[in-house]
Amino acid sequence: MVVVVALVVVVVGSVVFHMVSPWWWTPIASNWAYIDTTLVITFWITGVVFAAVVLFMAYCVWKFRHQPGRVATFDPENRRLEIWLTAVTALGVAAMLAPGLVVWKQFVTVPDEATDVEVFAQQWSWGFRLPGEDGRLGTSDARLVSADNPLGINPHDRFGQDDVIVASGDLHLPVGKPVKMVLRSIDVLHNFYVPEFRAKMDMVPGMVTYFWFTPTRTGEFEILCAELCGVGHGYMRGYVLIDEETDYQAWLQEQSTFAEQYAGRGVRAASVSP
Amino acid sequence: MANITHRPDEHIPPAEVPDVHPPHPHTWIGRWVFSQDAKYIAIQYSGTAIAIGLVALVLSWLMRLQLGFPEVFSFSSEAYYQFITMHGMIMVIYLLTAIFLGGFGNYLIPLMVGARDMVFPFVNMLSFWVYLLAVLVLVASFFVPGGPTGAGWTLYPPQAILSGTPGGQDAGIILMLLSLILFIIGFTMGGLNYVVTVLQARTRGMTLMRMPLTVWGIFTATVMALLAFPALFVACVMMLFDRLLGTSFFMPTLVEMGEQLSYGGGSPIVFQHLFWFFGHPEVYIVALPAFGIVSDLISVHARKNVFGYRMMVWAIVIIGALSFIVWAHHMYVSGMHPYFGFFFATTTLIIAVPTAIKVYNWLLTLWRGDIHLTLPMLFALGFVVTFVNGGLTGLFLGNVVVDVPLSDTMFVVAHFHMVMGVAPLMVIFGAIYHWYPLITGRMLNEAMGQIHFWVTFVGTYAIFFPMHYVGLVGVPRRYPEIGDPAFMTFAVDGLNAFISIAAFIVGAAQVLFLFNIAWSARHGRDAGRNPWRAASLEWQTPQVPPRHGNWGDDLPVVYRWAYDYSVPDAPEDFIAQDDPWTPQKVPA
Repeated sequence: MVVVVALVVVVVGSVVFHMVSPWWWTPIASNWAYIDTTLVITFWITGVVFAAVVLFMAYCVWKFRHQPGRVATFDPENRRLEIWLTAVTALGVAAMLAPGLVVWKQFVTVPDEATDVEVFAQQWSWGFRLPGEDGRLGTSDARLVSADNPLGINPHDRFGQDDVIVASGDLHLPVGKPVKMVLRSIDVLHNFYVPEFRAKMDMVPGMVTYFWFTPTRTGEFEILCAELCGVGHGYMRGYVLIDEETDYQAWLQEQSTFAEQYAGRGVRAASVSP
Repeated sequence: MANITHRPDEHIPPAEVPDVHPPHPHTWIGRWVFSQDAKYIAIQYSGTAIAIGLVALVLSWLMRLQLGFPEVFSFSSEAYYQFITMHGMIMVIYLLTAIFLGGFGNYLIPLMVGARDMVFPFVNMLSFWVYLLAVLVLVASFFVPGGPTGAGWTLYPPQAILSGTPGGQDAGIILMLLSLILFIIGFTMGGLNYVVTVLQARTRGMTLMRMPLTVWGIFTATVMALLAFPALFVACVMMLFDRLLGTSFFMPTLVEMGEQLSYGGGSPIVFQHLFWFFGHPEVYIVALPAFGIVSDLISVHARKNVFGYRMMVWAIVIIGALSFIVWAHHMYVSGMHPYFGFFFATTTLIIAVPTAIKVYNWLLTLWRGDIHLTLPMLFALGFVVTFVNGGLTGLFLGNVVVDVPLSDTMFVVAHFHMVMGVAPLMVIFGAIYHWYPLITGRMLNEAMGQIHFWVTFVGTYAIFFPMHYVGLVGVPRRYPEIGDPAFMTFAVDGLNAFISIAAFIVGAAQVLFLFNIAWSARHGRDAGRNPWRAASLEWQTPQVPPRHGNWGDDLPVVYRWAYDYSVPDAPEDFIAQDDPWTPQKVPA
């Protein structure tokens, strides 16, 4: 009866591993605790089903194992039982789907007060752009990318002049304020993924994607690229720092705007050329 | 159940077309190389698939060396991405698809429906040779400058055809796309054969609702593949044009390493829709034959009819149909319109219902059975455990918002290996132990088989169950090494080393299995006729192993379904499908 023992051990072992193993998700740092809740509900429902199915199978194998004289029961169909099982399954599935869709509705509904923050990806580094005083990001185009304009900002768009450019370096965000992460890539697919924020989204060249979240605690969080983007994919890391408002403002003062950077380089280029 | 079992008043209609004997080869080459016999083509398909599968096995070892022991075996990122790409592509397409449809489909369909052969034997032969060519083109990509493509098995553009990806600007990606195109051409020839044979060449009395679930599974999967593969075909052709002719189907305006490229106007997401319109049905193209075969294995070795046969047939058909409207659950975080998430999460979770019904019916087939713990039964039990595990984690990933944190992490890798890697392989192993006696006339060695089962079952669970937690911690997939970043609650390197060691041991057990196949062909115990005392038609041929033309002078006549096991008052505990026995007292 090795098989029966093995099946029971698989169930018990899986549950014990789940309970005692030190590998669990990282503490959350965003408003998406609902996602964690839905995940836990799913763990419970699926865990119970897994244990029930495998233990029932183990029982069958033990109880109905071949022994001399044993004859199987001829039992083609049982409509009532089949309908009953279908209904219970449908109910369990609905119990997982319903909260999932409710949370998804929140996930895709960006609050009006969310600030746009642009993440810019290329092989294999991150850049960032914050709207300036006017609260709007200027337009951009991959065709405008050059050494002087690494993010491809449209120099003729007045909304872009005061945009804060962090072409390389860390992104800072204030704690407790919703942000809409506007995602842009100029070469291949990337994915902006911070495990503590739970949310992630692909960055697709030729289009702008987004997601939103509210940082809920201060700290330094690692950005990982989560969509295969070539040989540097595993090493495409960056950092987001969630600051208290005062620290954030201090950091912001040190950054330069697009107009400052672009004009500065323009002047330098002009002074060299004659 | 009148349409399933035989009643004395049942009239079996006469054959609609005269019996046609397949062409008889007169040359050695015609018999053993360019054979048109589906049984021999099945062996050719399976042998080729297993051979290229060994390459995928070795690649998995290499990638596990890197993941488990990054300090010791530090491969370049290029090499690592080539390992994972080729491993995935070979396993999904060139091994699993080919062996289920080209291998089991070719061997079992004609025998199980009572046909002499596939209806188009020449096209069937051609199907294998084009498949072999596809495999050779794939293998060739290992030997060209730059090596094979490292774009990931999903081949997402733009990176697949750019210089930042191995093989992107070399021949690697070109050969990969050409090989896929060839594979699809070859498959289409075989697939049309399987569909027409099932629909047109069933013997007298073999109604659709008397076919074994194996045939139902392979038949439905083939229909799906004929509808799904064209999407991949056009995607491959378009990407080939983008790469070679400078078109921009999938290529927007790009700046690569500071340099403006001449592409513009295309959309990378269009490729993803085409890929997954193929790719999701592909999961079920592999799973449905496995569902069918495992139903038959459980029934035969538990000496009991499949419980709820009609529900099982409908579940297969419904799963097949639904699988065409769930594809974008692979794309929840791809940047497509977020409202698609509502639709695709709902359809995806609905598929769980017919799938769960299948699981219940397997369990209820065991219930009050007479369970013989033979090797096929052991693998069937192993399948149910891994499939249920992998299916349930699918409920995490299908439920759109739960997918967001888990998408693109090792959780996904663990999930799909459990559900469409290990689970179908369990069925393939069980099926080989089950039908090897039919094919060779000998039994596979039991002791080697027991070692193979236990190492594979326990080992694969030890590999893939903990891997879910690596993903839960937050480790993205397709990272050659993660290191120990601050977000981790607990470093995963020890777990990764454990998984790698388990993978090496499981791999070694597969080598033992292949040795068993070779060894038993000459030294195995003589199987005799119908060693499992199975009711289905393939075991009832006049000669065992079946000869060319399968049925001798006269085609069999079928009187019942394939699951008359332990029928009350029957002389034996099974009644073959071509046995006209009826009970003395006919129930009213």
